[in-house]
Amino acid sequence: MSDVPILLEMRSITKEFPGVKALSDVNLVVRAGEIHAICGENGAGKSTLMKVLSGVYPHGTYDGKITYQGSESKFSDIRASENAGIVIIHQELALIPGMSIAENIFLGNEPRKRGAIDWKAANRMALDLMARVGLEEDPDTLIKDIGVGKQQLVEIAKAFAKDVKLLILDEPTAALNEADSKHLLDLLRGFRSRGITSIMISHKLNEIEAIADQITILRDGRTVETLDVKADGVDEDRIVRGMVGRELSSRFPDHTPKIGEVFFEVRDWNVRHPISAERQVCKNESFVVRRGEIVGFAGLMGAGRTELAMSVFGRSYGVFESGTIIKDGKEIVLKSVADAIDNGLAYVSEDRKAIGLNLLDDIKTSTVAAKLSKISHHGVLNEVEEYQAAESYRKELRTKAPTVDESVSKLSGGNQQKVVLAKWMFTDPDLLILDEPTRGIDVGAKYEIYGIIQRLADQGKGVIVISSELPELIGLCDRIYTVFEGAITGEIARADATPETLMKQMTSTKKMATR
Amino acid sequence: MSRLKDLQKNLFGGTTSNARQFGMIFTLVAIVVLFQILTDGLTLRSDNLIALFQQNSYILILAIGMLMVIVAGHIDLSVGSVAAFAGILVAKSMTEWDLPWPAAIVFGLAIGAVIGAWQGFWVAYIGVPAFIVTLAGMLLFRGGNQFIGNASTVPVPEGFREIGSGFLPEFGPNTGYNNATLLLGLAAALAVVWREIQSRKTRRAMDADPAPMWISILRMAIMVGVIAFAALRFASGRVGTSFPISGIILLVLVIAYSFYTRNTAGGRHIYAVGGNSRAAELSGVKLKRVNFFVMMNMSVLAALAGMIFVARSAASGPQDGNGWELDAIAAVFIGGAAVAGGIGTISGSIVGGLVMAVLNNGLQLMGVGTDRVQIIKGLVLLLAVAIDVYNKSQGRFSIIGSLMRPFRREDSVPPASPPDAERKPAKAAVSG
Repeated sequence: MSDVPILLEMRSITKEFPGVKALSDVNLVVRAGEIHAICGENGAGKSTLMKVLSGVYPHGTYDGKITYQGSESKFSDIRASENAGIVIIHQELALIPGMSIAENIFLGNEPRKRGAIDWKAANRMALDLMARVGLEEDPDTLIKDIGVGKQQLVEIAKAFAKDVKLLILDEPTAALNEADSKHLLDLLRGFRSRGITSIMISHKLNEIEAIADQITILRDGRTVETLDVKADGVDEDRIVRGMVGRELSSRFPDHTPKIGEVFFEVRDWNVRHPISAERQVCKNESFVVRRGEIVGFAGLMGAGRTELAMSVFGRSYGVFESGTIIKDGKEIVLKSVADAIDNGLAYVSEDRKAIGLNLLDDIKTSTVAAKLSKISHHGVLNEVEEYQAAESYRKELRTKAPTVDESVSKLSGGNQQKVVLAKWMFTDPDLLILDEPTRGIDVGAKYEIYGIIQRLADQGKGVIVISSELPELIGLCDRIYTVFEGAITGEIARADATPETLMKQMTSTKKMATR
Repeated sequence: MSRLKDLQKNLFGGTTSNARQFGMIFTLVAIVVLFQILTDGLTLRSDNLIALFQQNSYILILAIGMLMVIVAGHIDLSVGSVAAFAGILVAKSMTEWDLPWPAAIVFGLAIGAVIGAWQGFWVAYIGVPAFIVTLAGMLLFRGGNQFIGNASTVPVPEGFREIGSGFLPEFGPNTGYNNATLLLGLAAALAVVWREIQSRKTRRAMDADPAPMWISILRMAIMVGVIAFAALRFASGRVGTSFPISGIILLVLVIAYSFYTRNTAGGRHIYAVGGNSRAAELSGVKLKRVNFFVMMNMSVLAALAGMIFVARSAASGPQDGNGWELDAIAAVFIGGAAVAGGIGTISGSIVGGLVMAVLNNGLQLMGVGTDRVQIIKGLVLLLAVAIDVYNKSQGRFSIIGSLMRPFRREDSVPPASPPDAERKPAKAAVSG
């Protein structure tokens, strides 16, 4: 590979924030036409490095030198780097839901004729760009009407509209299903064959292993190493070793389940969509949870797992139609979230930033938010008890933060998730429903979260884990339900669970009991 | 140097939200000193201070309610009209229906509650944006005031006027001062000392080092000094004047609502709803109830403010409360509340309101016309919020804040994902 010209060289990049060194002496060499992966745990400095590259942190606010296409670059802002052909696609897509595909592609870059937007040309060019990314849609379709996978493609088409030479993708497949991820990865391979260079940040090591030519690993703001995937024979374990600086013998902590009696049961659960009432999102679903048991819910995108969980959790989703919940042998009716919390249910949502946390809050306030009654007497909050509760969870879960007065918006994804877990552990639940508990969390923190989940089960609580990562479900759960199109299609014991058996039942309506 | 840092960190609590407040207190002191010099000592004279409080107590009362509305993520444009509407009804109830004045006050508060329930219903249960509901209310109740009062003024009886223009009574030995005001000052000073001791206790219980003793003492000394100065000023006005009754009402409300917003579950729910309503809902907060409450509470306070104004001007008129909503909103934003909700304090809003009040008063004392006063007030509002927005975009909370904190990471909060709760991304299996 060394004979291929270097497209980008970042040398001794050091970026300091007051009191914190986010990057120190980081080096990155990207050769023309390769796919270069950047790996590292959350907080390792990946995003900061990309922000330095794309001019979010302008020249002069960091030390070091960026050489791009043979000359030194001093980008003053994002526009400058985009003009040079460097386009960054963020994890949170920057599309406007109420505008069409074509409008989004040319936003800020509209083709004009005599000062007015030339929509004919725009649509024609949009179709051309969409063909290049394999997106078959009418350019007039609104963004909100297409799935996340296609939205991602629109973002890439948008990048092409700017004549991209170096495409930077931050967690491009984090929100995509398997088919869409595969399509995206194929697309990147296609770009490679056409000489477009890509930098990809991802936590999905299997994808990186499959697609990347070079991997640069960052840890604690330093470059650990750069690996050549083919020459060095890199596999996932090798990457993990570089990222965490030690061998992770197992991705899951050892655990011997102590499973007790069935204590929670949902029977014939039917829920309709909140807006389009003819759509049934839960169809006659029934399941049970035993004390000390970790129960998984597997399913494809849109299978209705979150909808099921949230509708059980105090009807916080959809329109309840029929069904019963039995807890400890007694039927309970949960009409509101407050009812659900009072009856010992907890729901950790899949999107902790949008609906799990108030990002204006500090750790302390967040920890007690779901059960203020526990730290108040006659409605008056006790600051000291609040502090002590938050502090004990911070220690127990090993949340990395200087004090519990720290704002949750400043924490990494893994630590934010620990705060959310603390918030729900604080409510003393009997049943915890965890929706995508490790999404966007790095390997080390995942291991810790798994440990917390197992400890909760060992305390005799029931735990439901909804996850899109099958290995996670198989590694963690004692029993797994598969969900397809709003119905439970199977129940698989740990011993029988393989990605293949799960996938089969996640994609078929036929109910097959393997128990 | 380390002492200076201690001072910066501890004098006003040292957290970021307090930093903004510290900035505002600093600004308030600077403005007071400036006008004290420019007006040759008129600003801090007893009669001027008393007038300042009487003229602004109703705006500050509105600011209390408005703070809660804004923290919850709403706005209320109708407060001026609601105040006028309640004012005319209360005036009529006393002159035409011969309601005794204490009953009339209760009646006025009830009117506020009914209006608030009406607006809260639309906002919380139907989901009409508060901006629209209260814009409608602004027209509705202004029209209602003029309809009921025939666009004329209605005088109010003597007893009722006390809540707007009354003073603490004279009693006890002749000290040359108003004894009641002195006692009030003494009570306030004791409260400050008691709070400082409590706060040190709390800090210790949280295993955190309380601020160094000398800082606690300095802080108490400054506050007690300010209280003593104010008490002596208020107590030494013209015979028959002292600390105004409307000021007492304001003080009670400030203390009660500060306690409510800071120290109770209900208050915390308001901040939770404003910060992230969906997260609050999924934490068991009853969203509708909170929204209903803040809107209703606002109208009750607006009715109270209206009554105080009517009492002060001895009659209810068709133009009462014109533009009050803007003064109240300005006070809240100058006092550090966030436009998007979730952030703000009662005390900050009061300080913000006082900044505007002192500015207004000082310029008038200097003989500046109302035209130019308005221009200056507009610019001050814009500037105060602009400085804050600019500093936030630079990753700092405020200039003062960055001075006060030893370090702060520049990472800004990442943009929230699209507010599309229906879409559930990433439901796919990714087998490894």
